[in-house]
Amino acid sequence: MSKFFRFTMLVVIFAMVLSACAPKADTGPKTVKVLAMQQAGATPEEMNAIVAKFNEANPTTKVEIEYVAYDALHDKITTAMAANPPTYDVVLVDDIWYAEFAKNGYLWDVTDQIDAKTKSDVFASAWDITTVNGKAYGMPWLLDEKYFFYNEAMLKEAGIAAPPTTWEELMAQSAILKEKGIVEYPIVWSWAQAEAAICDFVVLLYGNGGSFMDASGAPAFNSPEGVATLQWMVDSIDAGITNPASVTYLEEDVRNTFSQGKAAFALNWLYMYDLAAVNKDESTIVGNVKMSLIPAFEGNAAASSSINGSMGFSVIEKSPNKEAAWEYVKFLTSEAIQQEYSAHLLPIYQTNYSGDGLAKLTALNESNPVTVPAFNAQFPFSHVRPKVPYYSEGSVALQLAIQEALTKAKTPQQALDDAAAKWVELGK
Amino acid sequence: MGWAIYYAQPIFWRTIVKFSKKSLSQQTESEGMTFLYPALLVIFVITALPVIFTFVLSFADVQIFDPIPRHFVWFDNYLKFINDQTFWQSIWRTAYFTFVSVGLELVLGLAIASLINAKPFGWQFIRASLIIPWAIPTIVNGAIWRWIYNADYGALNALLYSLGLIDKYQVWLSNSFVSLNLVILADVWHSVPFIALILQAALSTIPVEVEEASMVDGANVWQRFFRIRLPLLRPAILVALVVRTVEAFRVFDIIYVITQGGPAFGTVTISYLTYLESFKYGRLGSGSALSFLISAFTLVMALVYIRILYKPETVE
Repeated sequence: MSKFFRFTMLVVIFAMVLSACAPKADTGPKTVKVLAMQQAGATPEEMNAIVAKFNEANPTTKVEIEYVAYDALHDKITTAMAANPPTYDVVLVDDIWYAEFAKNGYLWDVTDQIDAKTKSDVFASAWDITTVNGKAYGMPWLLDEKYFFYNEAMLKEAGIAAPPTTWEELMAQSAILKEKGIVEYPIVWSWAQAEAAICDFVVLLYGNGGSFMDASGAPAFNSPEGVATLQWMVDSIDAGITNPASVTYLEEDVRNTFSQGKAAFALNWLYMYDLAAVNKDESTIVGNVKMSLIPAFEGNAAASSSINGSMGFSVIEKSPNKEAAWEYVKFLTSEAIQQEYSAHLLPIYQTNYSGDGLAKLTALNESNPVTVPAFNAQFPFSHVRPKVPYYSEGSVALQLAIQEALTKAKTPQQALDDAAAKWVELGK
Repeated sequence: MGWAIYYAQPIFWRTIVKFSKKSLSQQTESEGMTFLYPALLVIFVITALPVIFTFVLSFADVQIFDPIPRHFVWFDNYLKFINDQTFWQSIWRTAYFTFVSVGLELVLGLAIASLINAKPFGWQFIRASLIIPWAIPTIVNGAIWRWIYNADYGALNALLYSLGLIDKYQVWLSNSFVSLNLVILADVWHSVPFIALILQAALSTIPVEVEEASMVDGANVWQRFFRIRLPLLRPAILVALVVRTVEAFRVFDIIYVITQGGPAFGTVTISYLTYLESFKYGRLGSGSALSFLISAFTLVMALVYIRILYKPETVE
């Protein structure tokens, strides 16, 4: 066979490969691919309904949405960034990832796209979520924090008049609940080896006079207050107050346990109220769920403490459809949509929390009369986790420390000191 | 590139026709090779190229968002793990996982294969139902076992409690060592059918006469098993062991679903560490180095197996 033929064959093959790789001509509506999560906030059914509304109103754009678990979201985004163009045009970003993503150039700087009215109507603390070094990298969407839930029927049965205001009081009430055989483990937490464990730890840490970082930006979670907090977590398991399965639980496990009447107290994001207190398909304790301020430790300066778990929607810098993608983000975070779906996430617009706006918001559904006041009361006590580019790796080190102490592989002091050393190394 | 296809097409088809008219003896090796080029090219692009690229990445300081090697650090990515306690712990954990899970699978697989081979009542049904655990995707299998092990609702707790073996529900996944063994159990359930089916296929090819002859010679059941069956099964066992060992050493998905590496890193295997390094921490360079270390370990294990078990057939 001639060399010419073999050469021709190779040319043909390369031509076929290249033509397969060539971009297709632009026809039909622009596709905007969105990555969201299936956990707190709006449910996938609600998110799908919003997408359908947007697609109907915008025939030139077609939004396609995908969901992953919260714990897979960060990795899914970073992996998608290696492709060109990236797999997604719009992604849901957690508060703690904005610094990392902005530093790596993943996100479109939308500072100039935001109009003055939106800028002033949305809470300043909500803008803090998506802002890095003075530039806005997305629209805040989920203004969330941890809340304290309790089963009123169980407390009444035990003869307890009011929910605890301090963690010491919670321990005392739990002892009564256990003694009377009302519930085996009075409180359930999300202390699995995941970000969820950090959230609960931070709530307790600030409620005990501690802080995550000190003023100079050095880790401070291994302070005496931090060590005492972690020791309290260990002791609460030993005392049979904390459900020992908490060490393996995420937020959804907390919701399931609490909703099935297997806990008197629980910490979770806002979405749990509607699902546990109102939704009969999801809960066996409908009507018994109440919310109150998260307790703090006795003698703490502030009466409560919580953790900010807010998230924003951002457009990818390398997306070929940035404008169309931004239109969808604006639609998703618009006041009308936020009000309509406020049962699982409260609006980011401060005008909704006073005067006529407040009256309208609380009348929208069965949950808002409880959750809106709870938000107003709890939000001033909310703390943010550090905005550092190495947060993901630092978080794994702290998760490990918490778990090492909870499983008694290390003492709280040793575990937190090791994690703090890791943070110092990462910050160099 | 459309023009190239346009002009090359007639030559391409003419040659195919010319080639097909030749008898087998007239076809030359080089002509045959020409027709292999497309397949070889595809294999090169989807297999060899990524491996080579990963190898290059393993010598560079590369972040995941910009996967192009610009700054080479040579062996630093490999050396940094030598002094890393987490790395060695995960190696030992992976070795334990591999040894126990493959060992259990081999013993159980052989037992099941022998059972089917004895053709008891309903053996076809057993063989058909064996395929079910193997056919379930690992992720689904992991999710099933995660629920079975759940501390508040799990089937394992319900079973042991109703049998009176435990006096209250246990939190199975809160202890590192217990968790690792429970993940192994889930993996064994998933993979035993694979070994059982391979060994059963091999067993069915052993002539009945050989065992009958040994019975006449007075061999008991253990002698027949160890002197006749096992040596004849050796090639099949080798295949099953190599495949399963390599798979078990790279275990990731079942751990990701059941424990997420917890509690306290107690189920972090070497592949899980690679995932953390590459995707959670975004260090693609050292992640690539880790994946090459995994390849090196599995290659060594495969060679050891072949050395021990593979004996060319010789006339003694």
